[in-house]
Amino acid sequence: MIKDYQTVTEIAGPLMLVSGVSGVKYQELVEIYLPSGEIRQGQVLEVDEDRALVQVFQGTAGIDIPQSKIRFLSKGITIPLSKEILGRVFDGLGRPRDGGPAIIPDLWQDINGAPINPYAREYPDEFIQTGISAIDGLNTLVRGQKLPIFSGSGLPHNRVAAQVVRQAKVLGKEETFAVVFGAMGITFEEAEFFQKDFSTSGALARTVLFLNLADEPAIERIATPRAALTAAEYLAYECGMHVLVVLTDMTNYCEALREISAARKEIPGRRGYPGYLYTDLASNYERCGRIKDKNGSITLMPILTMPEDDKTHPIPDLTGYITEGQIILSRSLQRKKVSPPIDVLPSLSRLKDKGIGKGKTREDHSDLFNQLFAGYARGKEAEELQVILGEAALSEMDRLYLKFANEFEQKYVSQGEYEDRSIQQTLDLGWELLQLFPRVELKRVRDEYLEKYWTKQGQGKSKIEPIENKTTEEKTE
Amino acid sequence: MKETKGTIVKVSGPLVVANGMAGSKMYDVVRVGDQKLIGEVIRLEGDLASIQVYEETGGIGPGDPVYPTFEPLSVELGPGLIQAIYDGIQRPLNIIREQVGDYITRGIDIPGLDRKKRWHFKPEKKAGDKVKLGSVIGSVPETELVTQKIMVPPGISGEIVEIKEGDFTVTEPIARIKTDDEEKEIYMMQRWPVRRARPYQAKLPVSQPLPTGQRVIDTFFPIAKGGTACVPGPFGSGKTVIQHQFAKWSDADIIIFIGCGERGNEMTDVLLEFPKLTDPKSGQPLMKRTVLIANTSNMPVAAREASVYTGITIAEYFRDMGFSVALQADSTSRWAEAMREISGRLEEMPGEEGYPAYLSARIAEFYERAGSVRTLGDSDKTGSLSVIGSISPPGGDLSDAVVQATLRVVKVFWSLEDKLAFARHFPAISWLNSYSLYTDTVKDFFAEKVAKDFFDQAKAAMLLLEKEAELEEIIRLVGKDSLSPSDRLILEVARSIREDFLHQNAFHEIDTYTSLSKQSAMLDLILYFYEKAKDTMEKGADITDIEKLAVLERIARMKYIPENELEKIKKIKGEIDSELSKLTQTEEVK
Repeated sequence: MIKDYQTVTEIAGPLMLVSGVSGVKYQELVEIYLPSGEIRQGQVLEVDEDRALVQVFQGTAGIDIPQSKIRFLSKGITIPLSKEILGRVFDGLGRPRDGGPAIIPDLWQDINGAPINPYAREYPDEFIQTGISAIDGLNTLVRGQKLPIFSGSGLPHNRVAAQVVRQAKVLGKEETFAVVFGAMGITFEEAEFFQKDFSTSGALARTVLFLNLADEPAIERIATPRAALTAAEYLAYECGMHVLVVLTDMTNYCEALREISAARKEIPGRRGYPGYLYTDLASNYERCGRIKDKNGSITLMPILTMPEDDKTHPIPDLTGYITEGQIILSRSLQRKKVSPPIDVLPSLSRLKDKGIGKGKTREDHSDLFNQLFAGYARGKEAEELQVILGEAALSEMDRLYLKFANEFEQKYVSQGEYEDRSIQQTLDLGWELLQLFPRVELKRVRDEYLEKYWTKQGQGKSKIEPIENKTTEEKTE
Repeated sequence: MKETKGTIVKVSGPLVVANGMAGSKMYDVVRVGDQKLIGEVIRLEGDLASIQVYEETGGIGPGDPVYPTFEPLSVELGPGLIQAIYDGIQRPLNIIREQVGDYITRGIDIPGLDRKKRWHFKPEKKAGDKVKLGSVIGSVPETELVTQKIMVPPGISGEIVEIKEGDFTVTEPIARIKTDDEEKEIYMMQRWPVRRARPYQAKLPVSQPLPTGQRVIDTFFPIAKGGTACVPGPFGSGKTVIQHQFAKWSDADIIIFIGCGERGNEMTDVLLEFPKLTDPKSGQPLMKRTVLIANTSNMPVAAREASVYTGITIAEYFRDMGFSVALQADSTSRWAEAMREISGRLEEMPGEEGYPAYLSARIAEFYERAGSVRTLGDSDKTGSLSVIGSISPPGGDLSDAVVQATLRVVKVFWSLEDKLAFARHFPAISWLNSYSLYTDTVKDFFAEKVAKDFFDQAKAAMLLLEKEAELEEIIRLVGKDSLSPSDRLILEVARSIREDFLHQNAFHEIDTYTSLSKQSAMLDLILYFYEKAKDTMEKGADITDIEKLAVLERIARMKYIPENELEKIKKIKGEIDSELSKLTQTEEVK
């Protein structure tokens, strides 16, 4: 039942109030016919008796009260899906923007999706090798995980994400995988960078892009991640593909949400963001994962720039409470020319414990990363102490830890944008760095692994050049 | 009841307003729209009712019908609860998957207890016995770990006319009771409204500890059976791991785990892991004493609000049978946020940070449902219900309204620090900020059952940790070299307490659980080393030599000694003696 109305009574910001309507449903899709002939899309946010509040995705500029015609479509926002979407570029609402033909759909899918039954989920435990030591070794990514990159303006988060897309693989398996890329309010240059990088690495044919650029309607960004995740769900669970979804930049998405909330005069939560920001973000992020008895999977990597690098800002804060860890980029490492500048101490992968170890990476992985973390943390403490008191005030052991922390940043974390390290290389490198310490300091590692990996390397069997022979020999004797 | 039907006039997210609802009471359950979505009345104005809907409301609009049920939101209690996984309003998620597939669709109506399954009922009373509310009339072995008691439901007391042994479903009568005016049939299943606490004879003071196998908790900040605790911390500080460890290893008979607005994969983790883990006491899978309630963050927000009440009502039901029950709510912040969202849609005047003004009253009310009680019925059973809530304050800021409201009612505070978490010191419970008001309550139990001086040991260790914090301040100002040798020894021992005792790896097969006697033995050894090293230094040994002793590594590894080889920990004392005596010998030779 399609109904047309010409009864707009109020327009404010991105919102529009239509009166005298009947039979309108919550979240219904709306088309707005402007006098100029332009058609815009909107969605019902609230219905109160015969008044419907509509948010207009393309903004309200140019809409007038007497002449604009409103049509309620009796359905939610849907996008057409088929395997043909691979290699295509869409706008934030899922309409082709690459000049290609319209998609002949296998099915139309509502972009809001439905919550996955927790009982139907399969636990993510397949190790993804990204080739980046700071991720593989210390904050391991697994298939079906949601692992965001917390970054700041001017940090190379896009390059890290592109490197992950380029290098990510599951060891020992030949499977079809795809990339879904959702861009909310990023610049033309950034979008261009990703498209170019995907095309040089040959990933473009397996990629679906949903682009909403910085100069395009802000409210459309609310639909963009939903459209991207709907496409991902189709590819993963209908076509059995392993999908990596990159969403950038979530900060712009949240700002669009705040704009709507402010226009509705809702009681704001922290920093003016709506009280339901957590629920809203969760309804997007939680769409990734694995489902029992289904082949495909969705791994999600949202990128967000933290205003003022503040991790307690509502956007990173609420994201961190939903996602299974976070990769945090650091400005001070960036200054030290560490690339990628991943700050491993506050970074975390919650799912790593089940994705590593014997049969997945290597038996010693868990003990090893605990030891590396503990060592690096103590080294950073020593560094702080050194800033205050000078190096002379440090104990012999503190100096050793300080040295370790520096080596660790320069050799382990830093590796460059195009180096693809295997997990074996990453693990061996970790043992190599631990050669600095006497055995008594290596408390987090089981004896058997110390025997097997630590002393073995001490005897010089490692392919990697020892860091400093003198220290190594002294300490292992 | 007369056939009535309301009509929707407004839809705003999870809130629906309907007219023609006269006759409905507050907190009555209603069915919304043609799909019969489940909702609850939360405000009445004339014949207008505001309804929070427990399912997504997309596609609902004015004119759609609302069907009142005139009954409050209730849970079904009886055999079949254990090992179940429910959503926030007690719909079994495993059955939902069987019926509608991998996604939760709307308008699903599945009862909480399986109507077809037969359970073996064994009477414990006979015809002619007088019974009253809460009297146990029989039992049903539900799993190897749990035998449910079947109790006389509310509103019934009198004489048993007939009682049968045999296999029954939960809705078949197992007994008949003659009350003053009529004969009533008794079923194994009963219903109870979730927002009302189940009654008991009397609340009792708590006296027994609830050991958790987690060293920092049991030794320094113990919780009592029937007590309350909260775990606030920023994301990534290990709240959920602590809750999981608690569910796995705590010495409770029944575990109720509520995943309230948290990650879907965490619930999957519990579902996959618990059947594999075995109870240290009985050797049975831990799942056989567990009820799970999962309302993940992407499931409807209003059902999140209901999930904590659903959980605690089930917990109270088991408490009434005389069990010691532990309930974990992860995370209560999501519950509070659900209240805030609904309150905002009702356009109520907000209190702190947009939370409703009744936030702290609701939180206090919830935690007060914990406790140790003498249950109803004719035998004097005692049951206990311990509640542990985690809190996710924005930015880890403890001045958050939910944290502050919770701290006013709970007795144990495990404060998680991200600084410890960054150094991968888990559990990241700060030993300086946390507290437990049960330390004195459980002191006698520890002295009697674990070790006479366990309490003093813990106190001595805590003193060393406090001293360490002071010394750290000094080091930050003037450097480590300026410390006296005895202070450096304190630093060394405090480091050992931190790294070798407090640090506990939840993913290590042995380290994940430590019995109280092992905890006592470990602490005893560290303090023994401290005393002996102090003596040796008085005899002239150098602190730098003590810091290099090989036995320190042996102490560091004692956490990996299995529970059945505890004498090995004591044996290390011999090594301490011999290594320390060598230090003074060499001095003498010189």
